[in-house]
Amino acid sequence: MSTLAVQAAGVGKTFATKTGDVVALTGVELTVEAGEFVSLIGPSGCGKSTLLRLIADLDTASAGELQIFGKPAHQARLDQDYGIAFQQAGLLPWRTVASNIALPLELHGMSRAERSTRVAELAALVGLSDFVDRYPDQLSGGMQQRVAIARALAEQPRLLLMDEPFGALDEMTREYLQAELTRITAETGAAVVFVTHSIPEAVFLSDRVVVMSPRPGRITDILPTGLGAVRDEALRESSEYFERVTAVREALHGSPVDRANER
Amino acid sequence: MSVTAEGSAPPAWVRVVAPVVVGLVMVAAWILVVDVLAIAPRALPSPIAVVNELLLRSGIIGEDMAITATNALVGLAVGTVAAIVLAALAATFGPVDGMLAPLVAAIAVVPIVALTPILNSMFGASSQFGRQSVAAIAAFVPVFVNVLRGLRQTRPVHRDLLRATAATGIQTFRVLTLPTALPYLLTGLRIASSVAVIAALVAEYFGGPADGIGTAIATYAKSGRAALAFAYVVGGIAIGLALFLVTSLLERLVSRRKPV
Repeated sequence: MSTLAVQAAGVGKTFATKTGDVVALTGVELTVEAGEFVSLIGPSGCGKSTLLRLIADLDTASAGELQIFGKPAHQARLDQDYGIAFQQAGLLPWRTVASNIALPLELHGMSRAERSTRVAELAALVGLSDFVDRYPDQLSGGMQQRVAIARALAEQPRLLLMDEPFGALDEMTREYLQAELTRITAETGAAVVFVTHSIPEAVFLSDRVVVMSPRPGRITDILPTGLGAVRDEALRESSEYFERVTAVREALHGSPVDRANER
Repeated sequence: MSVTAEGSAPPAWVRVVAPVVVGLVMVAAWILVVDVLAIAPRALPSPIAVVNELLLRSGIIGEDMAITATNALVGLAVGTVAAIVLAALAATFGPVDGMLAPLVAAIAVVPIVALTPILNSMFGASSQFGRQSVAAIAAFVPVFVNVLRGLRQTRPVHRDLLRATAATGIQTFRVLTLPTALPYLLTGLRIASSVAVIAALVAEYFGGPADGIGTAIATYAKSGRAALAFAYVVGGIAIGLALFLVTSLLERLVSRRKPV
């Protein structure tokens, strides 16, 4: 079925080093439905970023089969079926905000007039309409990241890949952008694969949380959150949210975590 | 008021006035030593005499300046273009880099001006070509080194982004590699502009046609017309300063945006 955004079967990645092969990822079985929000979480070296890079065709899988919307990852990249945002905003410093957002459109040959219309839409979507003429060094880290998200959404992709996009931001900006992201994905209907090392972030955003573990990198658990479509500040204080956070934490640690007051 | 005082940085007007004052004091001391006290050696003319010669012979000094400046500019242009092309090749193909690296190192350590007599006899003493080649070779090195470095400064996140955006090699070069290298090119160009003027001028001391600033300085210094020789030196400074200012301005315009 081509309605699946991502379909990975037995995917593995081995890096050749001087001291021998390093298995970064092995036996990954994962499907992401169209419009679904899936987080990849795990400690450093669990291969979550590697898996995202394989989906984006920034690296090539050394084993298994990986399909994006029913196509090989390489073809999906050439067809621009996904948009991507990294931990660093990765804006080009000599381009204005508008020109950075327009970069993918420009490279794919969209006319100037169409571009400026689309950029205005995208800037409004991420709440930066007043800043389109600024340069990246005039923006805060959170604003830069919003520009990067607008750029990732420029081609109206059905899949959004995000590699710890809020990892370098302070907690308040982070929570604000998380709420913004749930609104944006609801508006665009795009599926999201979201790499993070923050448990609350993964639970707050996701339909399903994929728990991974290192040496070798693999998927150890997939937890549906079942938190519904509305993700707002009330959710952060609800008991089911805390239950999910606990569930993910226990899945990460492999056993129920002792509470400090029970020791 | 105290809010504007950032550290102990002097206000803007001091930074402009201070060097002017230093210059005036030095000229005053010079006049004192040469004209008032008359204790200077014969070879050191009075600044007043230098200015007189400058005004009196501005026509011929201008002509010689044009020749030296043209040689420097031709050399700068040729050396820069060659450096950009070769640096692009070296950055793209590893083996080319391996082939060029020792050659550039050799060019960098050889006193280029020393080649002038050889180049003059190769291309004929009546041609400016020898001088222009010296300026070109001298300008080549800083541009090549800087551009090659600049072409390698693209950041992984930007390369990933363009790959993810399915950009072609040419598109990546145009929107990423070239703009990243541009500030480095202009730094190279700024250094090369001074080097090219010095090379073109000093090359004139070693033969070739009987024109240009360097030839005039050598001739008048030897024949005891120190004031005129100094007037030509002022002309040489003007050429170097003009080129330096233009390239500095270009550099500042291009590298206005800090990386984020």
